[in-house]
Amino acid sequence: MLKLGVPSKGRLMDKTFDWFGARGVPMGKGGGEREYLGAVDDDAVQLVLLAAGEIPRELAAGRLHLGVTGQDMVRERIVSWEDRVEELARLGFGQADLIVAVPAFWADVRTVGDLDSVTADFRARHGFRLRIATKYHRLVRDYLRHHGVADYRLVDSQGATEGTVRNETAEAIADITTTGETLRANHLRALSGPPILSSQATLFRSRSAPWTDEDRAALARLRRRLGL
Amino acid sequence: MSDGAGKAAERAEAARLLGAFLDAGATLAEADILQPAETLLDLYGEDIRARAFTTQGLAGEAMLRPDFTVPIVQLHMARGGDPARYAYAGEVFRRQETAPERPSEYIQVGFELFGGDDPALADAEVFALFSDLLAPLGLRVGTGDIGILTAAVGALSVSERRRAALLRHIWRPRRFRALMERFSSTLRLDPPVPGAAEAPEIGLRSRAEVEERLAMLARAAAEPPIPSEQVWLLDQILSLDAPAPEALSRLRDAATDLPGLEPAVDRLDARLGALDAAGVAVETLPFSGSHGRSTMEYYDGFVFSFSRPGRPDLPPVATGGRYDALTRKLGEGRAVPAIGGVIRPAATLAAAAAASGRA
Repeated sequence: MLKLGVPSKGRLMDKTFDWFGARGVPMGKGGGEREYLGAVDDDAVQLVLLAAGEIPRELAAGRLHLGVTGQDMVRERIVSWEDRVEELARLGFGQADLIVAVPAFWADVRTVGDLDSVTADFRARHGFRLRIATKYHRLVRDYLRHHGVADYRLVDSQGATEGTVRNETAEAIADITTTGETLRANHLRALSGPPILSSQATLFRSRSAPWTDEDRAALARLRRRLGL
Repeated sequence: MSDGAGKAAERAEAARLLGAFLDAGATLAEADILQPAETLLDLYGEDIRARAFTTQGLAGEAMLRPDFTVPIVQLHMARGGDPARYAYAGEVFRRQETAPERPSEYIQVGFELFGGDDPALADAEVFALFSDLLAPLGLRVGTGDIGILTAAVGALSVSERRRAALLRHIWRPRRFRALMERFSSTLRLDPPVPGAAEAPEIGLRSRAEVEERLAMLARAAAEPPIPSEQVWLLDQILSLDAPAPEALSRLRDAATDLPGLEPAVDRLDARLGALDAAGVAVETLPFSGSHGRSTMEYYDGFVFSFSRPGRPDLPPVATGGRYDALTRKLGEGRAVPAIGGVIRPAATLAAAAAASGRA
């Protein structure tokens, strides 16, 4: 049985259903509103509803053959993600940029190079490393290492990250933004230049799942119907 | 993961190498596997998280030791003695985020030498020890000197603030290059960031700190760029790759235009003399201006490595170098000259197997 994982709630789920439906593969949530059971009109395909954040792990472990989730989640949560999963289609929704943002009043900081210069001064003055709040530890660390930023510290923030600067638990943040509205409301500004990552909802194929002949045939049928 | 037979062979090889280090006059040193994360993070920065396993203990965050350097320095600082030689063998743990095919647990065997009156002699003693021990494996040798780089930066015609920024990034070639480009061109002052003046002051970094840095940037924009001859000289030093005697004479030439380089070149000269006296074939010893630069270690002087020829995909079999600055950081003001290196017994076994396969 080919297992296809899709987000179990919210806009991501609705948009995923819409995307498949618009391409002639209707899918929906079975039973009641609270029941996490999905259905798709192919007996060889099993729809699995689960939290979008867990889909990368399930794809990497090979417990899902296919899955819809954000590129940000896959890159953050799967080591050497390109060896473990393959992108089949970018779905054109759930767009978000992962960015580093600093207080808007930091008139001296535009670029990641400025930020590095500030981290040096900050450590000398305050005696500890400038804190950047994020839940994207790996992506942010790789980005800052690539750009040669030193003397910072990542602090974990699983939600309301934009509020950490005002609460003085961080000096800067790295988070997903779509319109920049939340950043502005919290008096933050993204560094100039390209984001760490531009992400969108994407259909992934697991390279480590057990692909039987039936699964391959089911995938071929699905791809034909979806025009992939 | 390793199989039992492989582990046993690795352990036996480690014992052999450790025996050689003890025969060279070292005291056996032990170190805890769980190291306080804070010390390592303060030294190496957040990057260490990409290569060390972190775990949570009751006393705070701990890391499975990614190497022995820090605990051995701490042990020496507590115990004293001059000179002091230590040898150790034990597992280190690496996350290998960027190279998952490499083992995440393997044995390191190391030798560290603290103190002594003559750094050139200490450098030569350690290098000759490694060189002799590894000679049967036919490895490719690389050497360099981070002290030459810091001396070159020290000799540039540049403000102290810019010099400090360059020195801070000696180990990060990309940032270093970006800074060199910036400091060697005429800067125009950016206009104020729109909206910044109206935005409220939030967080621990104050508006006064922002104003201070803006004033500094204004002064910096008026600073003369680093002269192009000096930029060229630094490029020459960074790209230098020649047998040691030729490298020395080219650095002597560079020092005539960059006089501040002279003492560091004298130290290289003295080291080559000491290496020669210790029986190392100095005429053919490779020297590279950038050797050891992209490793995260706090090497700040002589650096060396031994690698499998034709296998750039593999990590080096052995690496080492001088790290005086690290002892200052860990010694809270006290500093001790220090040089040492490590060998990976799994790699010497593989190299020996490859060498006998070729024979």
